[in-house]
Amino acid sequence: MKDFVTLFQEIDATTKTNAKITALVSYFQHAAPQDRLWAITLLMGNRPRRPVKTTDLRTWVATITHLPLWLIEESYYIVGDLAETLALLAGDQENTEAPVLTLTELLQALQQLAGLNPEEQQAFITRFWMDHRGEDNFVFNKLITGNFRMGVSKQLVIKALAQYIGQDEKAIAHRLMGKWDPAAETLESLFGERTIENKAYLPYPFFLAYPLEGAPEASLGPIGEWYLEKKFDGIRGQIIVRNHQVFVWSRGEELVTDKFPEFDRLKDLLPNGTVIDGEIIPWKDGQVLPFAQMQTRIGRKKLTPKHLSEVPLIMICYDLLEYNGEDIRAKTLEERRLLLTSLLALPSVNSVLQLSHLLEFDDWEAAAQFRARARDFFCEGIMIKRMSSVYETGRRRGNWWKWKTAPMTVDAVLIYAQSGSGRRSNLFTDYTFAVWDGDQLVPFTKAYSGLTDKEILRLDRWVKTHTIEKFGPVRSVQPELVFEIAFEGIQESKRHKSGVALRFPRILRWREDKPASEANTKEDLRALL
Amino acid sequence: MLQFREEGIYFPAADCYIDPWKPVPRAVITHGHSDHARPDMGSYLCHTLTKEILRHRLGPDIQVQTLDYNEPLHINGATLSFHPAGHIIGSAQVRLEYKGEVWVVTGDYKLLNDGVSTPYEPVACHSFITESTFGLPVYQFSSCASIYDEINHWCAQNAKEGYSSVLIGYALGKAQNILANLDPELGVPLLHGAVFNMNEALTRSGHLFPGEWLAPEIPADRLKNAVVVAPQSVLGTSWLRKLRPYRIAVCSGWMALRGPRRRLSVDKGFALSDHCDFEQLNTAIKATGAQNIYVTHGYQAVYSRWLREQYGLNAVELTTHFENNEEAITGEDQKTPE
Ligand SMILES: [Zn+2]
Ligand SMILES: [Zn+2]
Repeated sequence: MKDFVTLFQEIDATTKTNAKITALVSYFQHAAPQDRLWAITLLMGNRPRRPVKTTDLRTWVATITHLPLWLIEESYYIVGDLAETLALLAGDQENTEAPVLTLTELLQALQQLAGLNPEEQQAFITRFWMDHRGEDNFVFNKLITGNFRMGVSKQLVIKALAQYIGQDEKAIAHRLMGKWDPAAETLESLFGERTIENKAYLPYPFFLAYPLEGAPEASLGPIGEWYLEKKFDGIRGQIIVRNHQVFVWSRGEELVTDKFPEFDRLKDLLPNGTVIDGEIIPWKDGQVLPFAQMQTRIGRKKLTPKHLSEVPLIMICYDLLEYNGEDIRAKTLEERRLLLTSLLALPSVNSVLQLSHLLEFDDWEAAAQFRARARDFFCEGIMIKRMSSVYETGRRRGNWWKWKTAPMTVDAVLIYAQSGSGRRSNLFTDYTFAVWDGDQLVPFTKAYSGLTDKEILRLDRWVKTHTIEKFGPVRSVQPELVFEIAFEGIQESKRHKSGVALRFPRILRWREDKPASEANTKEDLRALL
Repeated sequence: MLQFREEGIYFPAADCYIDPWKPVPRAVITHGHSDHARPDMGSYLCHTLTKEILRHRLGPDIQVQTLDYNEPLHINGATLSFHPAGHIIGSAQVRLEYKGEVWVVTGDYKLLNDGVSTPYEPVACHSFITESTFGLPVYQFSSCASIYDEINHWCAQNAKEGYSSVLIGYALGKAQNILANLDPELGVPLLHGAVFNMNEALTRSGHLFPGEWLAPEIPADRLKNAVVVAPQSVLGTSWLRKLRPYRIAVCSGWMALRGPRRRLSVDKGFALSDHCDFEQLNTAIKATGAQNIYVTHGYQAVYSRWLREQYGLNAVELTTHFENNEEAITGEDQKTPE
């Protein structure tokens, strides 16, 4: 696994895309054939399952270091990362006599580890720690704690693989979709010519829109070259009909067919070789239901007819990727949409599939007015797609844009701070905010992001000098600072003290101009419901 | 025998404060870092090698009296002496004795030999006041020599690939350690003004370090593949721009952890520290034979609990104002004199 550790370090040490690609390609060229497949699964973000309990890991490191458990805990709290803490504690001595494991051998050993008894697990893991250097142990610990992450995007891995294998990126991306078992595949079976025919369930890689910043008239040119559609708040998905079967994929590359039984009937209604891209939303009596209701339904293990009738789902269809078994992603959106429209003209499919309607505006100004009031139209903004665009892969600038409506905001008082984890482990970066309820402050949301690094440092120092009480990692602070909190949605919630739950809360800015007394109230917040 | 006062650690028998943080008539200074040597004291008592540092930092008009290591000073029946702390040039532990009772105030110290400052010597005492900057077992520092090797190797590799090497370290201490141990093959290093001025001051007490000032008008070809030593304050500023293309490394004990290393978004971190790691602290404390341990800046709560439970010592935490000391790696209040 040495070469994989080296790859990890090379990627970790740079923020430059080209350096990362070079490191990846060089790894693929030199690694053992089976290791490459295991490495690809790891690089694509498929983490191995955690084979041991993390509390056991702490106990075992305490045993070999002769340190008390509480000191291990304190160290972990400061470092903020268990894998790193364990690696730092286990030391940096290499045993050159120890057997050298390949990445494949190591990952297979880890798969078996889960089935062993704790004594055997302890023996394997402490042996590994004592035989290896800190850098090896760090990667090893990331794998056994189940939070392995490499600093590369999928797109970057795909790029490197495309270079290495000599195919184009789209083909590589397509073949890597969904789940596959590195033990059961070879490079040939994954990337060979016949792969697609054998795998009817394979979706196409999603094309994702880029957020639009600034006014569209400046950057996008005449509005007539674009399709504008409502941006719905649902689950992006692909519906595939092939070989008289239906497959539903989510954007997270999960096969979620079972969660959407209403689409099953499409196997008899749509021709084989059809792939539709769209947004799955909860829809009843001609109206969009709140997103949370769909979430609850999807979370259920068992779906009863009652659940189905309470929260029926449909897909708002906006693109067609495969038509009569032919990959049509290289056609223009205008052409694809024409084919999609003809397909959905079949009245029998309309109970579950609806065409995404085009919004007609005379100019960008009119579009901007619609966007500003998007919530009144039960959507969260506008999608802007170039009519002549082909269907690309991944998130790219240029042809597809999402133009979300401005978030809702409130001014809130900082009342608790907690130190972050990982790279922010010794800074207070997790904040809880409150609004006024009479003369009381009621907490209503947490927010982690939105401040600049400089502001985080300043706030961190402020927290340290304005602490009222410490509860473990949390500190209550003097209620003095006001922040503008932005969010995408707000809903009634019985689980929250404030009675509301926010969607995607984040800090918009630090309102140094406002005293705490001028922060918003609970009534202000409820008025947004 | 000592009192912990608003102004600092007070020794009534000799009527003086050790590293006071508020103005007092008589200050005893362990070393020249700005969190220990503050302005506006009536008079300063420090080790011989610290004098020029204080004059450079606090102005030429300050009143300074000096002692060598192990040279006792008798005041009203009390005895005060300085002993090597191994932290930076001139750094001293202060030994205080009165009526047979002995205390040692360490200031900052380390046991590893950095090749520049006088190596640490244990001093037997009854009560020992120790820092705990890196007082957790996750801190396990390698020898300074092995880190100097890594630094030299890194700089050579950068030069080979056409990059300058920027080494970030505190202008007093780390900078000199790096400079004294740079491979001469790498060429004459270029110094940020803060480092250059500090070296000038150290020249007056007989220390010579290689390097020339990186003046604004320095010719561009002189910057090519150069080694540059600069303080923390240049990070994220336009000062670095003229050095392009460069790679940048921070030299600090904090670099032992990945979080701080990544937060600074530099190319490399070298865990080169002027402070003790966990094992060094344990070794030092056992060597003093002290029963009473006062633990200051750092992980004082955790580390004093460890001392109580592991060694049965009477260890307590002491809250001081030595926060964000020179090992601190971020923050605007880390102003370095230019
Ligand atoms: Zn110091
Ligand atoms: Zn200090």
